[in-house]
Amino acid sequence: MSTTQVSEAGTIKQAAQDYWAKVKTGDIGPLAAILGLVVLCIVFGSMSPVFLTQGNFANLLTQAAAVIVIAMGLVFVLLIGEIDLSAGYASGVCSAVLVILVTKKDQPWFVALAAAIVVGCVLGYLIGVLVARLGIPSFVVTLASFLAFQGILLLLAGEGGTIRIEDKTVLAIENSNLSVTASWIFYIVVSAIYFLAGLSRINSRRKAGLKTELKKLWLIKTLALIGASGLAVLTLNLERSNNPDLVSLKGIPYVVPLILAILIVGTFVLDRTAFGRHIYAVGGNAEAARRAGINVKRIRIACFMICSGLSAIAGLIFASRQNSVSPTTGGSSTLLYAVGAAVIGGTSLFGGKGKMRDAILGGLVVAVIDNGMGLLGYAAGIKFIVTGLVLLTSASVDAISRRGVANS
Amino acid sequence: MSQPILQLKAINKSFGPVHVLHNVDLTVEKGKVTALVGDNGAGKSTLIKCIAGIYTPESGEFIFEGNNVEIDGPRAATSLGIEVVYQDLALCDNLDIVHNMFLGREKKRNKVLNEHEMESLARKTLDGLSVRTVKSIRQKVASLSGGQRQTVAIARSVLWNSKVVILDEPTAALGVAQTEQVLNLVKRLAENGLAVILISHNLNDVFEVADSIAALHLGRMAAQIDKSKIAPQQVIELITTGKSESAGVK
Repeated sequence: MSTTQVSEAGTIKQAAQDYWAKVKTGDIGPLAAILGLVVLCIVFGSMSPVFLTQGNFANLLTQAAAVIVIAMGLVFVLLIGEIDLSAGYASGVCSAVLVILVTKKDQPWFVALAAAIVVGCVLGYLIGVLVARLGIPSFVVTLASFLAFQGILLLLAGEGGTIRIEDKTVLAIENSNLSVTASWIFYIVVSAIYFLAGLSRINSRRKAGLKTELKKLWLIKTLALIGASGLAVLTLNLERSNNPDLVSLKGIPYVVPLILAILIVGTFVLDRTAFGRHIYAVGGNAEAARRAGINVKRIRIACFMICSGLSAIAGLIFASRQNSVSPTTGGSSTLLYAVGAAVIGGTSLFGGKGKMRDAILGGLVVAVIDNGMGLLGYAAGIKFIVTGLVLLTSASVDAISRRGVANS
Repeated sequence: MSQPILQLKAINKSFGPVHVLHNVDLTVEKGKVTALVGDNGAGKSTLIKCIAGIYTPESGEFIFEGNNVEIDGPRAATSLGIEVVYQDLALCDNLDIVHNMFLGREKKRNKVLNEHEMESLARKTLDGLSVRTVKSIRQKVASLSGGQRQTVAIARSVLWNSKVVILDEPTAALGVAQTEQVLNLVKRLAENGLAVILISHNLNDVFEVADSIAALHLGRMAAQIDKSKIAPQQVIELITTGKSESAGVK
């Protein structure tokens, strides 16, 4: 078509210039977290012989899983410029509901999971109503619910303090893997869909005569991502059991497809639906959103519900990982790690900026620090300090970039 | 003379004991720019908020395209084709131009946002207004200059087959070149057949683009006069004293 000659956005050089201009306005994108991840892996890999082994890699993913899922929920709340400090204990409460239903009430796992998610949504609804309708700052509401949920969890866990869970499906999520063949099939299918979806997006934009992303650049980015994840699958498919004759451990942990599914659904909601667009609008300028006819209160409440609902899924992961629920499930540093994960990944604490993938990238950074320093034998105190500093650095970048935009 | 698209007759509005608008009349014509001038507190904002459906006047008539209508809320105004561009623009910095133009009224296909249609329509609207200053309509509004933001806000208001566009001080915060851009845009809106109500403090701007000038003084319409029949000095008299002997308003 002769009319669409200008449809590609120039050359690689121009794309680089555009990117640099974006960086200058503070929109770094995922690059900072990716670079951080690479640097951390090199540092820890050179210092610890165990860090870069296949066993530790799988371990890292399962360690990070729960925090990543909570962080994904927090992205919704952070996008509207609010905070949910109680997401950690919300996952603890939901985890307790799940475990009690399975272990004490003999319910199948899916009924228990559905109940846990409903409980999560109800908790989120209560927080959302208090924030959106009564106008209490979310910091205060969720600080109060942080304490209250901790209390509920204590009551649910009861005298003994720990309730075991023996359901095979629940335990499989963190403790079992796809078979090697299934892992490869899963990888190939997901990569193919990702590649084709990107291609069809570019082609349909061209057909509509709209400007497209530079195809070469898209290809490089897509192939890099597919290549990197291929390497990850390859690593996960190596034998990582100390005693392969007794028990074989290889393949993608079940929790990975679970997180991927949440990532896809969440990204679709945020990027492709009016609801998602309205979430960004509320976070960017709530007054403008209100004048545009958006029901701002409804959006706020929905975001808190999504956050706590996803915490319930994190609760499932906790139950699977610990084989039980205890009064500390979802407690201690969980929430702070999750907030850190979202912010390190690039989600703004001021609202209006963030993506689901931020939670994954940031969650991996947090997990690598935790895991790597643990392997090097540092005390928990040092780990907390380092993670705190990394979070502070990300928050500073966020705040400075925001100021940069305001000045320009 | 053709029938005016919007006519206000004897509008009264008070807030408690404060009577803000007294029997205000206003005539707005298609393809013309009607400037609404007046000192601070003269009732300009209240009047446009009545037209936009944000306030409901106690008495008075709205005649829209020859029919008596009731504007009892912002939705009613929008469905008639009346759009307001407020001074603070109400744009979301974190969204791009297309997203802002369609905010709250996104085009969808099977519940999924139809980005292609929105982008094409936005492009077409901006082209129709001869806007060539924005590089990409996919750039974030945060990266735009004041004049460009004003342009986006105005373009958004004409996207919806609107008939009357109310602009609240569109040039207040702009430099010389950008003011010129926006004023050209205002003229183009009228050329495209819209009725424009322009609120401004700046008489230079008013005389550059307006066809008709309506001056409010202490909540009363001092006069609505064709631009060709009045001089800036007389408009100042109307704004400050509510009358101008030389312009024949007593």
